[in-house]
Amino acid sequence: MFQEEKITASKEAHAPLGETARIYIMGKSHDVPQGLTILKAMEYAGYRLVRGVGCRGGFCGACATVYRKAGDFRLYVGLACQTGIEDGMYLAQIPFYPAPKPIYDIQRLSPDVGALLRFFPEIVRCLQCNTCTKVCPQGLEVMNYIAAAQQGDLKRVAELSFDCISCGLCVSRCPAEITHYHMGLLARRLFGAHMTPKATHLQKRLAEIEKGQFEEELEALCRADRQALERLYAQRVIEPEG
Amino acid sequence: MSYPDSMRASVAQVERTRPERLKRRPFARLTLEEKTSLLQRFHPDYKPEGFRHLSAGPNRGQKVPHELADLLEARSRIDPDAFELNKAVDHDVDVLVIGAGGAGTSAALIAHSQGAKVLMVTKLRWGDANTMMAQGGIQAADRPEDSLGRHYLDVMGGGGFVNTPELVRALVTDAPFVVKWLEDLGALFDKQPDGGMIEVHGGGTSIRRMHSCGDYTGMEFMRVVRDEARNQGIVCLEFTPVVDLLLDDSGQCAGAILCDLDTKEYSLVRARCTILASGGMGRLHCQGFPTTNHYGATADGVIIAYRAGVPMVFMDTVQYHPTGVAFPEQLFGQLVTEKVRGLGAHLVNQEGERFIYELETRDAVSAAIIRECGERRKGLVTPTGVLGVWLDTSMIDMLWGEGTTRKALPAMVRQFGRYGIDITKEPILQYPTQHYQNGGLMINEHGETPLPNLFAAGEVSGGVHGRNRLMGNSLLDIFVFGRRAARRAALRAKEVRLGPLSLDHVRAYNRQVEEAGISNGRVSPMILPDYTPTSHRIRRVGGVAVG
Repeated sequence: MFQEEKITASKEAHAPLGETARIYIMGKSHDVPQGLTILKAMEYAGYRLVRGVGCRGGFCGACATVYRKAGDFRLYVGLACQTGIEDGMYLAQIPFYPAPKPIYDIQRLSPDVGALLRFFPEIVRCLQCNTCTKVCPQGLEVMNYIAAAQQGDLKRVAELSFDCISCGLCVSRCPAEITHYHMGLLARRLFGAHMTPKATHLQKRLAEIEKGQFEEELEALCRADRQALERLYAQRVIEPEG
Repeated sequence: MSYPDSMRASVAQVERTRPERLKRRPFARLTLEEKTSLLQRFHPDYKPEGFRHLSAGPNRGQKVPHELADLLEARSRIDPDAFELNKAVDHDVDVLVIGAGGAGTSAALIAHSQGAKVLMVTKLRWGDANTMMAQGGIQAADRPEDSLGRHYLDVMGGGGFVNTPELVRALVTDAPFVVKWLEDLGALFDKQPDGGMIEVHGGGTSIRRMHSCGDYTGMEFMRVVRDEARNQGIVCLEFTPVVDLLLDDSGQCAGAILCDLDTKEYSLVRARCTILASGGMGRLHCQGFPTTNHYGATADGVIIAYRAGVPMVFMDTVQYHPTGVAFPEQLFGQLVTEKVRGLGAHLVNQEGERFIYELETRDAVSAAIIRECGERRKGLVTPTGVLGVWLDTSMIDMLWGEGTTRKALPAMVRQFGRYGIDITKEPILQYPTQHYQNGGLMINEHGETPLPNLFAAGEVSGGVHGRNRLMGNSLLDIFVFGRRAARRAALRAKEVRLGPLSLDHVRAYNRQVEEAGISNGRVSPMILPDYTPTSHRIRRVGGVAVG
């Protein structure tokens, strides 16, 4: 049996056959089983995806999709791997969207509004239209983190932008041509590298390791036979959960 | 309420037993004997029909999953006679890094910092990797109560005491350095106000050692190291997978053949050292399981290195993550992080009863769920015929206060919220899903494979985790061995002298496959899976570029 056939039979294309929905992929109509995600519906319709597909789990932002529904003027967005199909959906993917990424040395920048404005001066062009927030498939308050950036509040930018998956839908719709997700990343790195207190226990542990404090213990464990290891393992004292 | 009527009675059972369970009475842990017996009876690794013995290559006679054997017992995707290898190469570099996830990107950064000329290549986009999807955390023994030896022992016990000792030693020793490196690069760890790391348990840990960044831990690391590598000017060719390695006339690794997925053109890289950081094999769907893995996880690195003579270790063991989504259908097989159980959520059957201590190692919890749904018949069946047990996520807020779930597991709240399931108030249905390739290419503690000038780091390699990896040791593994391989490769690249390039190893392997009587027409590596229905596939008569 060929590999490919096995996979089709496997759980990925696990669709309950029964009721179908009619969807339109870049204008072509397809009848696909209800209950599929947009991504799986495209595959069901015969598309072998190379672009516009990634982790298939909602973390990588590769499958940003825009769609409209029959009889509805609104433009909807979603991740193809996380959005269920609906009857009458007209959809297209945005497999790539150009977004300039400035080059900087994070260690040498100072964590303030100056750094953000130097690399992303366009953030001051924000029209407060809130379109970025409306299109964010993660439901982030994108416009609010742009506002926080203008005020130099890096902590707030970091908090509001942390769950960003860099799908680029905000960038594609911004009338001020802001590259939101790259700016958010710079702000978070500045906040993490310069404004968050370092873990002192971590620093201490590095010094201990460098002094060779654990060498003997590890050497003995590496040489221990299976029986000895099993005995030590069974004797471990388990720390209570939090 | 988001669940269909057929599932609600069982949800009510979960609610009924919840008050008693919130008292958090300890559930008996498995003894080593009980665990062994549970695994042997119910873990998919112990199902002989899931495996076969290889008929070609360095591991001939050893068993691997059928799905991997299908790709190992296959001819190369390329025709070795179609290439003029020694006229001109397209790229001539010190270090070629194959794969652009966490292992590849950290390797590229370190090799670059050592002065090496680096080229990265990757199948999809930079960062399209399982690293991006890792939610739960990274282990490092950095609390004063913890020690490297304790971490070592937990890793060995989790792996069945068969892990390669010097690899485990490297893993636990470098761990605090890796966390420090990420902290300095600006990764936003979950911290106390004084900067101390917030650390929790994971399955199989004896002490709280799990560092995290919400439930976007891997994404945060990936974003940060990728940004740093872009700042350093490191070149990454996207949508350009490797289809085979190149050796030189003396049999050293000397680079690779690339294929551009947009233009379908092949190109040649000559590299003094090559680091394979191409990830695992989730998308092979061993024994028909769904997977948590990235679209590109098709074992390409294992395939091309094996063909070039690199042996594999522990390739007969696959990690099934205990908690993959069983409902809703749209999220089927996707990961529910172990952090949920680390935060105290119980696993219960359709009657609301616990059946395993939730933080046993993953192999044991998966086996227990399979037993509960199979032999014990206490799994719940969904409307589409999928079996599962409940993970009582609503306990988290009840134990730690309202808002805890939303703060600690934002990705999950969002993911289920899209389908009308509020995980802060309702349990979610789970069944094991293929998650990790425990084994892989043989390496030493410097990331070197037995093939000169070829290194491997991360999931593509084997030995670090023995027969079962612990949570939080994969995000660790990729950075520890990505950095180690890069340091050694950058150094070695200075002295390597390459002869004329050759694909004789591909010819030789093709001959072996033929001599073993395998004439199935299969080619490998797979590059990308094909999820289109057969009804579509049989109509594609013009040939396809990948798959």
